[in-house]
Amino acid sequence: MADAPNIPDEAEVRARWGNFAWTDENQKKANEILARYPKGREQSCSIPFLDLAQRQVGAETQTQGWLPVPVIEFVARQLGVAYMRIYEVATFYTMFNLAPVGRYHVQVCGTTPCMLRGSDGMFTLTEVECMGNCASAPMVQINDDNYEDLDYDRTVTILEALARGESPKTGTQEPGRHTVEPIGGPTTLTAMVGDNHDYRGEWGA
Amino acid sequence: MLADKDRIFTNLYGYQSWNVDAAMKRGDWDNTKALLELGQDKIIDVIKASGLRGRGGAGFPTGMKWSFMPKEPRPDRPSFLVINADESEPGSCKDREIIRHDPHKLIEGALVAGFAMRARAAYIYIRGEYIREAETLFAAVAEAYNRGFLGKNACGSGYDFDVFVHRGAGAYICGEETAMIESLEGKKGQPRLKPPFPAGAGLYGCPTTVNNVESIAVAPTILRRGAEWFSSFGRENNKGTKLFQISGHVDRPCVVEESMSISFRELIEKHCGGIRGGWDNLLAVIPGGSSVPLVPAAEIMDAPMDFDGLKAVGSGLGTAAVIVMDKSTDIVRAISRLSYFYKHESCGQCTPCREGTGWMWRVMERMRTGDADVSEIDTLFQVTKQVEGHTICALGDAAAWPIQGLIRHFRPEMERRIRERKGETGGNAPMMEAAE
Repeated sequence: MADAPNIPDEAEVRARWGNFAWTDENQKKANEILARYPKGREQSCSIPFLDLAQRQVGAETQTQGWLPVPVIEFVARQLGVAYMRIYEVATFYTMFNLAPVGRYHVQVCGTTPCMLRGSDGMFTLTEVECMGNCASAPMVQINDDNYEDLDYDRTVTILEALARGESPKTGTQEPGRHTVEPIGGPTTLTAMVGDNHDYRGEWGA
Repeated sequence: MLADKDRIFTNLYGYQSWNVDAAMKRGDWDNTKALLELGQDKIIDVIKASGLRGRGGAGFPTGMKWSFMPKEPRPDRPSFLVINADESEPGSCKDREIIRHDPHKLIEGALVAGFAMRARAAYIYIRGEYIREAETLFAAVAEAYNRGFLGKNACGSGYDFDVFVHRGAGAYICGEETAMIESLEGKKGQPRLKPPFPAGAGLYGCPTTVNNVESIAVAPTILRRGAEWFSSFGRENNKGTKLFQISGHVDRPCVVEESMSISFRELIEKHCGGIRGGWDNLLAVIPGGSSVPLVPAAEIMDAPMDFDGLKAVGSGLGTAAVIVMDKSTDIVRAISRLSYFYKHESCGQCTPCREGTGWMWRVMERMRTGDADVSEIDTLFQVTKQVEGHTICALGDAAAWPIQGLIRHFRPEMERRIRERKGETGGNAPMMEAAE
């Protein structure tokens, strides 16, 4: 189980976030989310609402956002369930930040497939569990994007570009590689490279 | 080698657009109405005859799973299809490619499978970290609604069917089907005791089937090309094509669709440029994702990559996430890192797992440095046996098996470290050879 975070001082947090409410735009998104679940099953919105709330806190603080207790209370009121039912969800899932994070939240995958490709000893940032990019390992996730096929120099280049406020290319950093085909070009489906090939004509062959 | 014309996921690498027009040109949503007109029972029969087994790890026959759903759902207790896109098993990275590059195969599959099991709607539960992938999936579902493929009278079939996308928020355990249902209901992702099984009482207490992304996404192509076509690949009981994900110490890691039962050697030679440093440099392979035991080089080299072939070498196909380790690998550390993963991801509900995963990881870290007694290897093995089979879900088993595999095959290496640390032998002893 994950380690407990340091939750900031309660009085200050309550003063800053006690009046939290959806922005107009997020109210619309909240209504869309509610419509995905049957009547009487509003609790299903706990994860999407916490995600939306964390993003709103992020937008207001120019960071990736976190979940102050009054914001969690707001979500519970919106869904008509006890605070504890939402608090226990917020603390269970690793993507909910219970303490403030920075503008860039760099998450380095340290699980065995990335470790085998050399992620260890290269970074000193938050180490997370398998992110499902094993065939283009090693990788980091920075905010909402993945950067794959990394080495030391490529990682430095990305971090420096972000520091300058640029948007470096996401995905694989291997020159010439498209996604998860073998480096050097695909061994299969080569007709798809330049053309949206329709294989149905060959099915009978 | 499988021919390109027999590959289901033709846009696997995303060279072409994922959007509905491009997907239709590749053959998706091509008269889906006709597939539905086969009727529920016929669709299930074809899937059964194709030999398709679940692609999420357990390998349960997909058609049979669908047949467990009620034939006449009550209006107040509709049936649900839940699609498991919570891909989080270390080594697994295939569903991500389906979702971001070929999402319409999954969405069309959701309709076909949902119809066959007489479900009212499908929820696609996608792991929270797949952020851009979820954006693509939301957009693709919206496209399908706009074309009339989903919703009221889906594809002009007269059948009403909805598909909703639900994002998780970072918890490996939600890949367990009942934890996924809890999470979808807005709760902590802690697995439920079974029975009742989801087909009897699942999401919102209603009949529910949980299927892996790949199992669902292959269904429309199987219906179009026939059960005989799909079952022409792979050995008996191990039919079809499969997405393999090869990571670690190969020259060119990749995701590739191949015939089931392809040999490990052919898979690596054809698609991955061989083992880094050559075949003599291969140490061991974890052939099915982090939950399955490792297999030493000599035993895996010519093994068929399928359910039975990998079971025969004491491991399993799992999700076909193939983690390759050459002789530069600190094998104890590689497995210890997986122990840390399971400690991190234990939901804490069952004591053997909550306490055992942390205990096993701490001992594994001492095994890594050799700061242990040789007798503790047996103690560690016994503790894995106390965790295995004594928890509500399989996470406890998954934490135990990699360690058991390590002890089974690399005990001499573990003992060597302990002796070396105690100064009983010099530092020049050869390391990393598997026990035969």
